[in-house]
Amino acid sequence: MKKTRLSRHEIKPATREALQGLAFVFLWLLGFALFTLLPLVQTFLYSLNQVTVTAEEIQLVPVQWANYARALFTDPTFVDLLIEYAIETLVSVPIVLIFALIIALFLNLRFRLKGVFRTIFFLPVIITSGPVIRELVEQGVASVPQLANLTLITQFLTQLPSYLRAPIQYLLTSFIIIFWFSGVQVLIYLASLQKIDPSVYEAASIDGASGWVSFWKITLPALSGTTLVNAIYTIVTLSHFSENKVIKYIYSQTYAVQGGIGYASAMSFIYFAVLLLLIGGIYLLIAPQTRK
Amino acid sequence: MQRPKWLDQDRIKSFFLGTRTRYGAIFTTVIYTVLIVIAFVYLYPLLYMFITSMKSPEDLLNPMVQWVPTTVYLENYRKAFRVLDYLRTFLASLQTSLLPSLLQVIVCSLTGYGLARYRFRGKQLLFLLLVATFIIPAQTTVIPQMLTYKRYGLLGNVLSLIIPAALGQGFRSAIFVLIFYQSFLSLPKVLEESARLDGASEWRIFYNIALPNAIPAYVVSLIFSMVWYWNETYLTVIFLEGGIQTLPMQLSKFVQAYENLYPPGTVNIFDRLNEAVKLSGTFLNILPLLVMYFVLQRWFVESVERTGITGE
Repeated sequence: MKKTRLSRHEIKPATREALQGLAFVFLWLLGFALFTLLPLVQTFLYSLNQVTVTAEEIQLVPVQWANYARALFTDPTFVDLLIEYAIETLVSVPIVLIFALIIALFLNLRFRLKGVFRTIFFLPVIITSGPVIRELVEQGVASVPQLANLTLITQFLTQLPSYLRAPIQYLLTSFIIIFWFSGVQVLIYLASLQKIDPSVYEAASIDGASGWVSFWKITLPALSGTTLVNAIYTIVTLSHFSENKVIKYIYSQTYAVQGGIGYASAMSFIYFAVLLLLIGGIYLLIAPQTRK
Repeated sequence: MQRPKWLDQDRIKSFFLGTRTRYGAIFTTVIYTVLIVIAFVYLYPLLYMFITSMKSPEDLLNPMVQWVPTTVYLENYRKAFRVLDYLRTFLASLQTSLLPSLLQVIVCSLTGYGLARYRFRGKQLLFLLLVATFIIPAQTTVIPQMLTYKRYGLLGNVLSLIIPAALGQGFRSAIFVLIFYQSFLSLPKVLEESARLDGASEWRIFYNIALPNAIPAYVVSLIFSMVWYWNETYLTVIFLEGGIQTLPMQLSKFVQAYENLYPPGTVNIFDRLNEAVKLSGTFLNILPLLVMYFVLQRWFVESVERTGITGE
């Protein structure tokens, strides 16, 4: 009985396995087509048109690349916001990474009350949300207390050229908030620190390597892949954060009279392109250091 | 002449500098100093928020009152509670975070399982698409979705969040797929093969063997998913506005809502909106998350360590 059933199965085992695998990912694929690919293409079409939404239908008037040209060359605020966003992101990423790494290294040590500190350090994972962060920034909790207002520092800042002043000012006013974006990164670092084989450290210390040396020669190289993942994660979360100024501007333009859906779509795609550029840049910077 | 034991040089040295098996006093002090400083960075905003929210209007104006309010003043919370319409928005938030996250976790685990346990062509492409869904900003996909929902009358309905989640396109789904991928990848192939020899179907293998072994991944994913849905405001404002009011949505309209309840000009000076009331609102907003976190934190931390989340 069993034999006949087997022989009737004409599907090759490999095909069969592939079909079974595809069955498990089918829902995701369907969702990808419906909720990511299709809207992405539609948004791109909108960005090439003047879009008016009436009660019954959506009217499209083709304008070719006019929306893009307007965003890049005519709009007085958009490009400024983009540059500001790019600078702030590039300033934040190393801070978040270094801070996350330090916390992860400390949490990986042996000490008492570890549970308490761990609980505190994972708090940002839970709390970091748009309205809460905005409220904290408004109340001035976000900055290093009083530092940003010192006369000495403000005087020093006015001497600097503006491309240097902006990042420093950003640092002074949002220093603590930047830390709040490092929750998940700490987890990722911690997980990969725990994967490093302790015997490597033992071997190194028998050969006379100090803790300092083994950090630079063992720990850091082992974390390079993780650092890349973390860097990309940081860029993406900062860019998707709902209090991000570019996002807020695009959102406000969607419903504005002079803006409209077509214009907002064009800006979204430019924003997407800048985001990809940032990720690409960071990737090229870190990837050569990773060794597999 | 024998020196007393506590003056022994080696003992003193090892006390301060440590031995191979334990850290010395100097290093221990450094560890705790750094840990406390970092803990302060995270606790400071919360402490500030909590203490300010307990201050009465007199305390707020009094520069002498910094960290210890003179009285226990709960009026701010009573006001914030009313302004946030707390019970209603709390239940709305619970609904909009619990349902999508449950579905999201289930579908992402299926996807992760398919990717981890089966060989098929185009898997590399699938991973590429997965990473793409993580990077693509919501702005480039949200408008057509919104218009589609509008056409089918789903705007303001929790279904507008549930449907994408049920198809694996919920908020940050890619991360959960990768967590499950990692988790299922480490499952020994032998278990699966012996079950297959015993005639178990693929679904049964997933349900009876893989799933019970991946419970930590499920816990972590569910917590993260719930928290992220709870905190999400961009998509919820676009998809739910007019129908459902979540807690963070109401918080971002706090000033406006306050002035509706206590119109400026008609109330006395102590009932004007001040930062204490605002921060009470913020605190009420994160309170459910804090409670959940402290209840589940043991589970959470352990599961994170056992799943070994890495994005590679």
